Amino acid sequence: MHPNDTATTAAPPAAPGTSRWQDPAKRAMIYQAAVMALAGLLGWYLLTNILTNLERQSIATGFGFLGKESAFEIGESIIPYSAADNYLRALAVGFLNTVKVAFIGIVITVLMGTVIGIARLSSNWLVAKLAGIYIEVLQGIPVLLQLFFWYAVFYEGLPAPRQSLNPLPGIFLNNRGLFFAVPAAHPAWNMAVAAIIPAAILSYFIGRWARQRRDRSGRPFPVARSSTALLVGLPLVAWWISGAPTAMDTPALHGFNFTGGASVSPEFGALLLGLVLYTAAFVAEIVRAGIQSVSHGQTEAARSLGMRPGQILVLIILPQALRVIIPPLTSQMLNLTKNSSLAVAIGFPDFVSVANTTMNQTGQAIEGVFMIMVVYLFFSLTTSAFMNWYNRRIKLVER
Amino acid sequence: MATLPPAPLPEHDHADAIRPPIVALGVIGWVRQNLFSSVLNSLLTLVILAAALRFLPPLIRWAFIDSHWFSTAAACRNDGGACWSVISANLRFIIFGFYPPDQQWRPLLAMALLIGLLLYSRERTRWKPALLYTWLVGLAVMGVLMRGGLPGLPGVESSQWSGLPLTFLLAVFGMVAAYPLGVVLALGRQSHMPVIRAMCVVYIELIRGVPLISLLFMSAILFPLFLPEGLTINKIIRAQAAIIMFTAAYIAEVVRGGLQAMPRGQYEAAQSLGLNYFQTMRHVILPQALKIVIPPTVGILISAFKDTSLVVIIALYDLLKTTQSTLSNPVWMGFSVEAYIFIALIYLVCCHAMSSYSRRLEREL
Repeated sequence: MHPNDTATTAAPPAAPGTSRWQDPAKRAMIYQAAVMALAGLLGWYLLTNILTNLERQSIATGFGFLGKESAFEIGESIIPYSAADNYLRALAVGFLNTVKVAFIGIVITVLMGTVIGIARLSSNWLVAKLAGIYIEVLQGIPVLLQLFFWYAVFYEGLPAPRQSLNPLPGIFLNNRGLFFAVPAAHPAWNMAVAAIIPAAILSYFIGRWARQRRDRSGRPFPVARSSTALLVGLPLVAWWISGAPTAMDTPALHGFNFTGGASVSPEFGALLLGLVLYTAAFVAEIVRAGIQSVSHGQTEAARSLGMRPGQILVLIILPQALRVIIPPLTSQMLNLTKNSSLAVAIGFPDFVSVANTTMNQTGQAIEGVFMIMVVYLFFSLTTSAFMNWYNRRIKLVER
Repeated sequence: MATLPPAPLPEHDHADAIRPPIVALGVIGWVRQNLFSSVLNSLLTLVILAAALRFLPPLIRWAFIDSHWFSTAAACRNDGGACWSVISANLRFIIFGFYPPDQQWRPLLAMALLIGLLLYSRERTRWKPALLYTWLVGLAVMGVLMRGGLPGLPGVESSQWSGLPLTFLLAVFGMVAAYPLGVVLALGRQSHMPVIRAMCVVYIELIRGVPLISLLFMSAILFPLFLPEGLTINKIIRAQAAIIMFTAAYIAEVVRGGLQAMPRGQYEAAQSLGLNYFQTMRHVILPQALKIVIPPTVGILISAFKDTSLVVIIALYDLLKTTQSTLSNPVWMGFSVEAYIFIALIYLVCCHAMSSYSRRLEREL
């Protein structure tokens, strides 16, 4: 609620005969009408300008171009795509690439940021200092510059495919990217992945049963351990039953480049590395602040109740620290997603990059910029919807 | 009951006083406490020391021993060391870009003036109206220095403004213009007039929901379409407008935090004194609200400074772009890492200065 609300409602009604300017309610109406009229005029003026300019330069409008053949290749794609496909499919490829970078980036960033944030609080002087230097340095350099730097390291620092670095057997690093061995295709791997689903369902029911039993009888059940055993064990069993294949698909040098195995392009690698290292520095600060926000008395009180250190961490510290950590953490995840649009500068085909090519080819800049904004607004609005839901859930229930 | 005389204190020879064990004091004590306090800590220390021994010597060799500082590109290519010559040979272009070489003292002087003003404004005791006027005069002088057009100062087209002065220009004018706009937006968002509130909310959430690069695209590609025929606006000003619009939305959110932290009693007290809305805000609410949000505001300003580098994407020649165009020269191709480290240091120094100043303010306030 707004502090001024009371003031407005509490204002005495204007005495008869006073002018409109002395009545706050009428004055507010006049102000708002004036602002609306101004905004409308400005909008109308810009719109007419746009329309005349478009007509003068004979630029088409509307989204009809989405169905036309794109006639450009895209370096990497999750779904099948060729230059003969239409713009809509090209943009979908870009969208999926953005989602891919954002998803992988967020997972690694959160893990890495948490480790660095804890390291910042370490009792080991060297560890704490190193984490501090990392945070200070990485936060102080523009992320675009970091992307260019890693891209240069990939392109100029790494050798050609023939002189590839081979740090571990089956892993090759050169200026065409990172190539690594993956298990060769076999139905057993599909079975193992499929086995995760029943394991997850079982774990969920075990967790529910354990909670009910604890509420009823007070006896605890090792849910974490049994769920981990299920999630690891069931896929292993499925893999073993269906033949236990161990063959690997190893990349090998053919001509000028590697074939086989899986690979990460230098563009994707540089983008992911730059985004993760930059955002992890901010996440580390958030995690540190979150942990420090839980007072030491909480730990002491839990200890005096006879809780074990693991229980204290999971039941006392984390729930309170997460309340402080999650809101800024989501905004960092959103920042990472938005910063992934810088991919356009190093040539990774994310949504902005594909939309930019589309704008250059069709000349329909209004539609292009509009689509970019809509896509990122979609990410932001879903994130803030999640945040609102989460805030409601974890809100302190006070007397 | 007779009182006993106080027992004589045991006399100690100073040499005999029991000192703490040697291992708890001095260097050894510090090392034990901070590096080897537990098994895990000892292990971590050893791992870090081993990694440092493995990686630091080759790095130092590359950066300082085998490196070239003032050589030609050809000389660099023969050794494996770092080629800092890429910076020393192109320093003037990297820093000043396309500004006419014989006039480059002007942006240098303008930057010195800017840094001088910033250093002078560090002390909070100097935050008085006079300082504001000093800044306005200072900014005007910098503008004249850059632009010229006076007798003795030949005019320099703004299309030739580039390099570090352009980075500073975009950052400083972005901050100076975005701050009041952000405050107005925050007040609008807290307003009790539904139309104004809705407009501010839509603006703030829309801008915060999209990446800066989409606004820069808009300024570069779309903005010319908004203007009537025959009217063109300089590319730098358009990018500047995008940066201002972007930063203002973030400042608005920070200021809103400060406004919401004001207790209701402050509003009521102001009203009971008969102050109207503008007087209440000007004399009671804003001075307190803006003060408590100084640290997060500095955080926004630091990111605004770093974000100016994004103008590279719409081909404005800021510090990053002049460096890149140096590197695209075939003579100096292949020394990107050295050049990027150099400009990273420039950014780092600026950001570090701002963030340590923000920490100091946080302690003082």
